[in-house]
Amino acid sequence: MSNTDVVALDPDSRESGSNATTRKSNSWLRIVLRKSGPAIALAPFFIFTFLGLGIPTIGVIFKAFQGNNGGFTFSNLGQIVHGVYLTGFENSFKLAFLSSIIPGVLGVFLAYAIQTSKSKALRRLITAVSGVFANFGGVNLTFMFIATLGSTGLLTFWLNAIKLNPWHFGFNLYTFSGVVFVYMYFQIPLMVLVITPALVGLRESWREAAENMGASNLRYWYHVGVPVLLPSILGGMLLLFGSAFAAYATAESLTTGIIALSPIQIGNFINGNVISNQVNTGYAIAFGMLVILSVTMILYGLVRKRASRWLL
Amino acid sequence: MASLNNFEEATFLAQSRDESFHVAEVSTGKLKKRRHFRWWRFAVLAVAAAYFLIPLFAGIRFSLQDTAGKFSFETIAALPSAPGFSAAFWLSMRVTFVTVLISAALMVPTAIYVHVRVPRMRRVMDFVTVLPIVIPPIILIIGVLFVAPVWLKASPYLLSLMYVILAMPFAYRSLDAGLGAIDLKTLTEASRSLGGNWVKTIWSVVMPNLRSGLMSALVLTLALALGEFTMASLDLWQTIPVWIVSTNGLPNGHIEIAAAMIGLVGACVLVTLIVSLDRSQSGRGKAGTK
Amino acid sequence: MTEGIEAKERPMTFTSSQPTTSSGASVVLDQLVRDFGKVRALDGLSLEINPGEFMALLGPSGCGKTTALRVLAGFEQLDSGRVIVDGKDLSRVNAQKRDMGMVFQSYSLFPNMNALNNVAFGLRMRRQSSSSRRAKAGELLEMVGLSDQATKYPHQMSGGQQQRIALARALAIEPRVLLLDEPLSALDAIVRAELRDQIRSLQQRLSITTVFVTHDQEEVLSMADRVCVMSKGHIEQVATPSELYGRPATAFVAQFVGISSRVPVVLFGQEVELFGLRCPIRSGDGSDLTGALDALLRPEDIAIEVDPEGKGFVTRKSFFGAMTRLVVQVGELSVRVDVRSDKAASIDLGTHVRPTIISRDVLVASRKEVAGIAEEIPK
Repeated sequence: MSNTDVVALDPDSRESGSNATTRKSNSWLRIVLRKSGPAIALAPFFIFTFLGLGIPTIGVIFKAFQGNNGGFTFSNLGQIVHGVYLTGFENSFKLAFLSSIIPGVLGVFLAYAIQTSKSKALRRLITAVSGVFANFGGVNLTFMFIATLGSTGLLTFWLNAIKLNPWHFGFNLYTFSGVVFVYMYFQIPLMVLVITPALVGLRESWREAAENMGASNLRYWYHVGVPVLLPSILGGMLLLFGSAFAAYATAESLTTGIIALSPIQIGNFINGNVISNQVNTGYAIAFGMLVILSVTMILYGLVRKRASRWLL
Repeated sequence: MASLNNFEEATFLAQSRDESFHVAEVSTGKLKKRRHFRWWRFAVLAVAAAYFLIPLFAGIRFSLQDTAGKFSFETIAALPSAPGFSAAFWLSMRVTFVTVLISAALMVPTAIYVHVRVPRMRRVMDFVTVLPIVIPPIILIIGVLFVAPVWLKASPYLLSLMYVILAMPFAYRSLDAGLGAIDLKTLTEASRSLGGNWVKTIWSVVMPNLRSGLMSALVLTLALALGEFTMASLDLWQTIPVWIVSTNGLPNGHIEIAAAMIGLVGACVLVTLIVSLDRSQSGRGKAGTK
Repeated sequence: MTEGIEAKERPMTFTSSQPTTSSGASVVLDQLVRDFGKVRALDGLSLEINPGEFMALLGPSGCGKTTALRVLAGFEQLDSGRVIVDGKDLSRVNAQKRDMGMVFQSYSLFPNMNALNNVAFGLRMRRQSSSSRRAKAGELLEMVGLSDQATKYPHQMSGGQQQRIALARALAIEPRVLLLDEPLSALDAIVRAELRDQIRSLQQRLSITTVFVTHDQEEVLSMADRVCVMSKGHIEQVATPSELYGRPATAFVAQFVGISSRVPVVLFGQEVELFGLRCPIRSGDGSDLTGALDALLRPEDIAIEVDPEGKGFVTRKSFFGAMTRLVVQVGELSVRVDVRSDKAASIDLGTHVRPTIISRDVLVASRKEVAGIAEEIPK
């Protein structure tokens, strides 16, 4: 399985074998090239990623611990665990939590409904379109929902005509619950994308075996179906959590700063809209977010390992 | 028949993915249960359709209205001449083009190389390409603004570089899925042993299988680059999304919604085209999958 | 221990050394018809299976054998016909309530449960207490020789082990009928042979009516009490293995089970001429003997004597251990002849031999029928 196997079959290799010394130094060079082949070929990618991803991240961590006069300090971190910044984290956490559980569950049902439909075309189409919707966020999404459920939105207008105007019942698009409702627009497709492979991996023979053993539909799901899917569902929800936690544009354009959220607070620091006695507070908030997101992804990795063990 | 090991079964399953569910549904004959199930499924799909399509409809309808509220193409026609729009449009185009270029040049050879030469690296690649999800745009941009040299910050193509990173999970995964659908290593070795050199092998064995993955990677990268707001706005470049916000973020902004809707609908149409194209090719392109 | 008591009401006195109280059920498949769109998978299939019998369904892919099994299990609807078990019409009964145990081709163990819980699953569905479930499952694991795997999960076991657990699971509920859907095809040869014996001996010990689907004739010949050979949704022949092999009723069976050589013949009344001798033909069940005819000969139907004047000569030798298969060219034909290896050792290629028919009669069929079947069977 090593590179040597492939090279041996290489019809392009022209070892004439006439000059012994040239062959020796040639082969030495070849060995070096061969061994470092992967390193050279993959270098552009890793260098690029390091420069684009690694260095900024290191920069953030560095700055999070840098005091006003340049020295090492914990005071930035001290800032963010109080007051409005702590509230920011709490709100972000709550928002992400709700935006992962609710769309998570709904996404599973939707994915199942799609997968069990008989139309192959429909299934492929929806799966492809889910990719588009999962990335549709930010300002565009906000505006679309304002046109729909804003106080003068189309749906609001329709519902008003049948006396079911949600605004009269306390609904407000620009509050917490409104944000969760809007987030579902990209969270649900994301969940559908993540859980569909797991649903497909749910073998029909398990279901038939369960039925054969006397299990009703419900008991099959309870004893076999859901337990097998659970790691993937949890993994999907963790992914949704990370996605919602880190979202900036949608939240910003929807709430325009009314709700304290960590990403928005970072944005304010970049914009210079906020002045704090600790200059690098923004970086500290970013660092805090990084920690939370890292924990999320570690959990995601662990859960995925369990999922792959069973579904294959 | 040789014993099926897990990998072969999973690969086969993945390929017959579409078929397996369908066939299983047809062959399971339970009369009463299926009726209930069909109703439930219809209800779920109906509610989902309502949630996703009504806002879409509202947005499109709004874009097709003029300031008086009547149906007209006036808004869309006015779009190109709206103040700042064409500048924003061309900026977005340039940035997106460079993004796609760099992304293709970087990701495609890397993905192919990993699949064909060093499959063991796939786990590492999986991990690395997931990182941009952990380090979201808001954190990235604050880091980038700190470490980037001044000359780079003065160029909008800094955004391109960042977009390549942001698109990495989706782009790489699309390519990865396309390449992983067949046993690439075996096929390339077969091709080489039959006398094909690397170029021919990549062209006739690798590329056909890459086509659909490449297409979806392309679309996702495009969609991302055109719709990205966070980094562009904080980096103070007026791309289309930034322009949309800057010109007045209130519901009376028909123009803005028009631009937003064009983006979404355009992407959906593109994707649908790609999927239907791919279907007509999948009969030919994937040799040796069974 | 009276019959007719539901399985879950029987006293749990089962031990591996005693025969179980569940004596086999009788199974009748009555005129089964099943269409999948334009394809007719079952074409009026009728079959009776005796209590405690091991019935194999044999045939090429697409012949309907798996469909028939799944209809019996309740996983397929019937377009018409009835499934009757122990005198009761189960056609409208859910698979869930049919009280049959099925072993699937592969990967049917629940991945989230260990071996013991997998085996106990059916008992759990019948709401047995957890202690009696564990005891019974333990007994069955011992019966299939996998007690030490009780806490292992399916992904930690080999294919052969998984199938044995699947068998234990099916047997745990003391089913009326045991159904096996090509359970050995995903396993490698040695494991297959072991499992074959184990399944057969278990089945005999427990006297469970068993239906076994396969395309492998070796399995069928060594395991079954009776074999039902199917083709295109209908039955070709139902017989004991020896009868099936020795006296195939139709050209299809002759070519599907065992090897046959095809020799063109001409009909003289009720006889044909082969290698200079007249042989009576086997009275078939209405095979249309008009037009060009072929005789289908098994390798052991022919004997050869070394004879320099003989019309045939040996063109190939294949060593099969105790027996050697020779290909003998006679004029434009080649026939396959099995000879004991010690005798074959002295027969070199090119040796002239004289072939004779040593079987009582020969199976003759029209050439069209024979040719059509030969294409269907990859040999």
